[in-house]
Amino acid sequence: MKPDWRIAALAAGLIVVCALPFLVSDYRTFQFTLVMVYAIALLGLNILTGFNGQFTLGHGAFYAIGSYTAAILMAHYNVPYWATLPAAAAVCLAAGFLFGLPALRLEGLFLALATLSLAVAMPSILKWKGIEQWTGGVQGIVLIKPEAPFGLPLNQDEWLYYFTLAVAILMFVLAWNLLRGRVGRAIVAIRDQPTAARAMGINSAIYKSVTFGVSAMYAGVAGALGAIAVQFVAPDSFQVGLSFVFLIGAVIGGIYSISGAVFGAAFVLFVPHISEGISRAAPQAIFGAFLIVFMFVMPVGIAGFLRLAWDWARRRIQRSSHVTGEAS
Amino acid sequence: MRTKQKWLGGFAAAIALALAVGPAQAQKKYGPGASDTEIKIGNVNPYSGPASAYGSIGKGIASYWKLVNDLGGVNGRKVNFITLDDGYSPPRTVEQVRRLVEQEQVLLVFQSLGTPGNTAIHKYMNARKVPQLFVATGATKWNDPKGHPWTMGWQPNYQAEAKAYAAYILKNLPKAKIGVLYQNDDYGKDYLKGFRDGLGSKADSMIVKEVSYEVTDPTVDSQIVTLKGSGADAFFNITTPKFAAQAIRKAHEIGWKPEHFLNNVSSSIDNVLKPAGFEASKGIISSLYLKDASDPQWHNDKDYKAWLEWMKKYNPGVSTTDAFYVYAYAVSSTLHQVLLQCGDDLTRENVMRQAANLKNIQVPMLLPGVHLHTSPKDFAPIEAIQLGRFDGKRYVEFGDVLGQ
Repeated sequence: MKPDWRIAALAAGLIVVCALPFLVSDYRTFQFTLVMVYAIALLGLNILTGFNGQFTLGHGAFYAIGSYTAAILMAHYNVPYWATLPAAAAVCLAAGFLFGLPALRLEGLFLALATLSLAVAMPSILKWKGIEQWTGGVQGIVLIKPEAPFGLPLNQDEWLYYFTLAVAILMFVLAWNLLRGRVGRAIVAIRDQPTAARAMGINSAIYKSVTFGVSAMYAGVAGALGAIAVQFVAPDSFQVGLSFVFLIGAVIGGIYSISGAVFGAAFVLFVPHISEGISRAAPQAIFGAFLIVFMFVMPVGIAGFLRLAWDWARRRIQRSSHVTGEAS
Repeated sequence: MRTKQKWLGGFAAAIALALAVGPAQAQKKYGPGASDTEIKIGNVNPYSGPASAYGSIGKGIASYWKLVNDLGGVNGRKVNFITLDDGYSPPRTVEQVRRLVEQEQVLLVFQSLGTPGNTAIHKYMNARKVPQLFVATGATKWNDPKGHPWTMGWQPNYQAEAKAYAAYILKNLPKAKIGVLYQNDDYGKDYLKGFRDGLGSKADSMIVKEVSYEVTDPTVDSQIVTLKGSGADAFFNITTPKFAAQAIRKAHEIGWKPEHFLNNVSSSIDNVLKPAGFEASKGIISSLYLKDASDPQWHNDKDYKAWLEWMKKYNPGVSTTDAFYVYAYAVSSTLHQVLLQCGDDLTRENVMRQAANLKNIQVPMLLPGVHLHTSPKDFAPIEAIQLGRFDGKRYVEFGDVLGQ
C-alpha cells in the first residue's frame, strides 16, 4: 500500500503540468518550456557531479554543441526539428565520452579546471573561420519555430511546451532507470569508495567516461531543445557564465537527487527576474544574496530540504498516532 | 524650486523648437500600451553580464522620460518606460522582450541593445508586428524595410562609416599600406567588410595586414607590434573603448606613427583619448555624429547647456562628459519626435508610419549638419558622417558632411 501516495502525487503533478499551458499566458508557457530545458541539462549535471562525484564547470560547452548540432541540421540540411534531438544526443554522448577519457586522470578541482577551459574556449571555437559556413560565425543561425503537427489546435508555444515535456519525461525516466539499478549503485560507489569499488570489480575508468558521456548527452538534448525554443543560436548565447548557471541550479536544486533538477531550473530562470525587480542597479548582488540564503537554509538543496521536511512531518504524524494509540 | 521651474520651461521651449510637432489628429486611436493617460515603452539593456557598461544607456533613457513626464508627458500622456536586464545573452533577450510584448503589452520596443540580441528577436517582432525601434547597434541589416518593416536602426551603420574612411584614404593616401585591427565579432567584421568594399579592387593590395582580438583578451599589445612589423603606414582601428585606448598607447610607446583611423564606437575624448594620452592621440581621425560633451567647443551651445542641466538634475553623480548619456539623450529625443508626430493615433502601425516619416529632423546633441531622415524605403535615420582630426584637445572637423 505504501507506494500509492507516490503514484497519486505523480499523477496529480502530471495533470497540473499538462493543464498548465491552458491556465497561463503564452509567455509563461514559453518560460516553463525553458525551465524544462534547463531541468534536462541540470539532470545531466546531477548524474555526473552529484551521483558520480566528478566536478565539472564545462556543461555550457556541451549545451552549446547540442544547440549548434540542432541548428546546423535544421538550417543547412532541412532536418525536421524532432529528428535533431537524437543527433544532438549522439554527438554530445561521443564528445562527452571522448572528453571524459583524458579527464579520468584528473580529480576534483583539476577536473573542474579542465572542463572550465572547455567552457571558456567554446565561444571562440564557435567563431572559428574554418567552420563559419556551418555555424554562421559571430552572426549565429536564426531558426524557424515548429508548428503543431496533425492539425492539433495548439499554437507554437503550447506545442513546443508539450514536445519538451514529453522529451523531459523520457529523459527523467531514463535517468531514474539508470540510477536505481546495478549501474547506479556502481556510479555512486565510485564516488563514495573508489578503492572499494575497484576491488569489487567495477571498471572505474569505463564507468566514469560513460557517465561523462551520458551527462554530456543530457546537456546536448537540452541545448537542442533550447535552440528550437529560442529560435536562435550565437556564440554570445554560450558564454562561460552559462556553465556557472548550470552548476548553481544543480546545487540549489539538490545535486544528489533527480527531482532537484526541476527545482534548480526554476530557480535559475525565475530568481534573476525577482532580483531584477528588487534592484536594477545591482541585480547580480541580489541574486548572490538569494544564493547565500538558499544555501544557508537548505544546505542539501531544495529537493533535499523537501525530503527532510517530509521525513520530519511523517515522524511527527507517526509519533502522535503512536501516542494516541497508547492512551486509548 | 523657482530656478527649476524656469529651467524646465526653458527646456520645454527648446524641445518644442527642436522637435517639429505634427498635425493634430481629430480621432483618438490606440494600440496596445497606449491610452489617454499613458504610453508604455519597452526596452532591454545589459545591466549585468560582460557588456554591463552599456547599462548607462538604459539609465540615461529612463531619466530622459522622467524629465518628459515632469514636463507633462507627450501630448498629455505620461511615458511609462519599462526597462529590463538581458545580460547581453540572446536567450535572455528573447525571454525579456516576450515579457514586454505579451505581459506588459508595450506599444513598442525601443533601443534594444546589441546585434546578437536584436537578431534573436528580429523575426519575433516582425511576426508580431511590434515596432522594434532605433535599435542600439550599427549593423547594416536593420535597414530592410521590405523584409522587416517593423525594425529600424538609428546610428550611422558601421559599413557606411568604414566606407567614408576608405574614400578618404583613396583620395588622400593612394599609396598607403594599411594595417587593420578588429574585434572578432559581428561588429568588427561589419566594419571590415565596409572598409574592404570601400577600397574596392584595391583592398587586397592596400591592406597589408589584418589582425583581430577577442573581446575577452586582456590587451592588444602584441597585435599592435605585429601591425608595426608589417610596415603599415595607415591604421584602421576597429576596437571598443578599452582596446582602443590600449592600441593608441602601445602604438605611441613603440614609436609607430601611422595615419590613424579610429572607429566612431571609440571616438570619445574622455573615455578613450584621455586614458590613452593626448600626446599619443594627436592626429587621430575619427567620425562623429554627436556632440562630444568633453569637447570645449560646445560648452556655450544651447543644446549642450540643456543637456548639462538635465545631467545635473536627473543624473546626479554621473560624469558630465559621459558619451553614453549624450547618446541616450539624442536617441530618446528621436522617439520623442516620433511620438509627437503620432498625435492621438497611437497604434503600432502609425508609430512605424511616423518613424518612417522623419524629414530632416535635427534632434538635440546631433552635430550641426547631421539630420535624421527616413522614408518608407529608407530605414536608416542617420547616414551623415563628419570626419574630424584630433588636435590634442578636441576634434577639428574637416571636409563636408558625408552621406547625406
